[in-house]
Amino acid sequence: MRTARPPRILVASITLAAALVASIAAAVTIGPADIRFDEVWASIGSHLGLGVTPLSPLRDGIVWELRLPRVFTAAAVGAGLAISGAVMQAITRNPLADPYLLGLSSGASLGAVAVLVLGVSVLLPAAAFLGALVALAATLLIAGSGSALTPSRMILAGIAVSSLGAALTSFVIFWTATGDSYREIISWLLGSLAGARWPAVAIAVAAVVVIGIPLMIGGRVLDAFAFGDTSAAALGVSVARTRWVMLVGTALLTGGMVSVSGSIGFVGLILPHAVRLIVGAQHRALLPLAALSGAIFLIWCDTAARALFDPRELPVGIVTAVIGAPVFVLLLMRSRRFA
Amino acid sequence: MIPDAGRGDSMSARQLSVVLGGRAVVDAVDAELLGGRVTAILGPNGAGKSSLIRVLAGVDRPASGALSWAGEDWFATSRRERARVAALVEQDVSAELPLTVRMAVALGRTPHSSFLAGPSRRDNEVIDAAMADAGVTEFAHRQISTLSGGERQRAHLARALAQEPRLLLLDEPTNHLDVLAQLTTLALVRDLATRNGIAVVAALHDLNLAVTFADHVVVLDAGRVRASGPPAEVLTPELILRVWHVAATVLTRPVTGAPVITFDLPERTHP
Repeated sequence: MRTARPPRILVASITLAAALVASIAAAVTIGPADIRFDEVWASIGSHLGLGVTPLSPLRDGIVWELRLPRVFTAAAVGAGLAISGAVMQAITRNPLADPYLLGLSSGASLGAVAVLVLGVSVLLPAAAFLGALVALAATLLIAGSGSALTPSRMILAGIAVSSLGAALTSFVIFWTATGDSYREIISWLLGSLAGARWPAVAIAVAAVVVIGIPLMIGGRVLDAFAFGDTSAAALGVSVARTRWVMLVGTALLTGGMVSVSGSIGFVGLILPHAVRLIVGAQHRALLPLAALSGAIFLIWCDTAARALFDPRELPVGIVTAVIGAPVFVLLLMRSRRFA
Repeated sequence: MIPDAGRGDSMSARQLSVVLGGRAVVDAVDAELLGGRVTAILGPNGAGKSSLIRVLAGVDRPASGALSWAGEDWFATSRRERARVAALVEQDVSAELPLTVRMAVALGRTPHSSFLAGPSRRDNEVIDAAMADAGVTEFAHRQISTLSGGERQRAHLARALAQEPRLLLLDEPTNHLDVLAQLTTLALVRDLATRNGIAVVAALHDLNLAVTFADHVVVLDAGRVRASGPPAEVLTPELILRVWHVAATVLTRPVTGAPVITFDLPERTHP
């Protein structure tokens, strides 16, 4: 009777892991210049010193310098955002929660844009981390002032912080807009992976490994929050400490993601819900599967963003919103049947 | 003195107070919650029943007073250790996220299972036994949100049983349940107390359910204990008038001879 469940999760994990590898390989071949699968492997092989005949410098540059880092960044950012969203939904007990709704992305964007304008882009990840943390602190402070830190107050406070962050970001843009930097910042706010090179891969992958994986492992405790804080406390969980650790973790993860990709919406909202519909709400399974599917989702969204209107390129946030919004409405309508 | 006392461990409260917003919602409460017994916490709305239950469950800390389990200071133990002893069934809880009954019941293993390992064979056995005891095995794989009120209450009870509690606390377990579900829920916990020596503590509104299922009642009014003892002795028309402000008549049931209480609005002496 219950033996039906673990294989289902195992099958889902293996399928998604294989799909991720296939997606990375396939996405690299797609673009204005035709690149074949064997050329992708030749490029990777020669750079890893495997004694493979290298490609011509031009074609190798397209694979190794442009497409591979971009696809890897998309995968890491997708995974990070999906983990952040899943954790936040559990900890706030709000199906609508994600880093964007609680104002973290807005804060991270503000930090990033401020640093860009000041011309010290070395500090980009640190500024985005800091922005996300400040936004989180502001959200919690407003939500917690004078009463208990309830999920609904947290969401409302997040909306306020998010609006303020967006307004300040817009102000910075307005004040400093001169031609090219304006366009760059705009694509930042809508989310774009166009500028992703190996340093971006390093930042995004490091954030997923250093923050995302511990969150995934520690996230198992989130199951106990299913029926609220009292219930979690009665199950022996230190509610306040868990909430702080988890929220600061998601703030750091979100900061890392925003610093390389800008504010890409809907990944943290849609994928955890989609995975829950298939394997249920147990975080042991949910978090890794959400991470894998988030990676695949963002790879294909970004591939669509750069290939759909070739030679013009869309900010990837537009693609995720166009796909994500209807899916979200559908999820909302489905979930009401069970509410 | 009391037959059967000492069958299971007991909880003892001395001068227990809980302060919320500067007001003592539980005020110097003394109580003995014995293993193998069902204790009903009674009182009108706002009497402090839920606040008391939360402290007994080890979820909230009291402002003052002493609480001990099996002779040991209850709050000297860790939250996790407390959760291995005491289980709490709250009123009107719901999950925002999709959860099957079995997954919900499995949460009861949280204080027992190791953080990283998956559920052990024994965990699965305890979960299955808890579902069987609470009578929810047949809807183990249904979404908890699709259950009726009574079924959902039994699922929550199964989750509490999966904690293997020695102390089972229920906050108005019969709320929003139909008569059959009320009786089956309380008969079930009554049976658990008798069979397993669990100390069962239930906050109840229905005095007749307390008379039927409880060994011992504690009557709270504005946070203070007004009376405690066997329900049939404690729940006199005088006390009910004083605490609930209704006129009560105690009748005798024809077959069993057990008392049953009816209520009327009190007659005004000066119209």
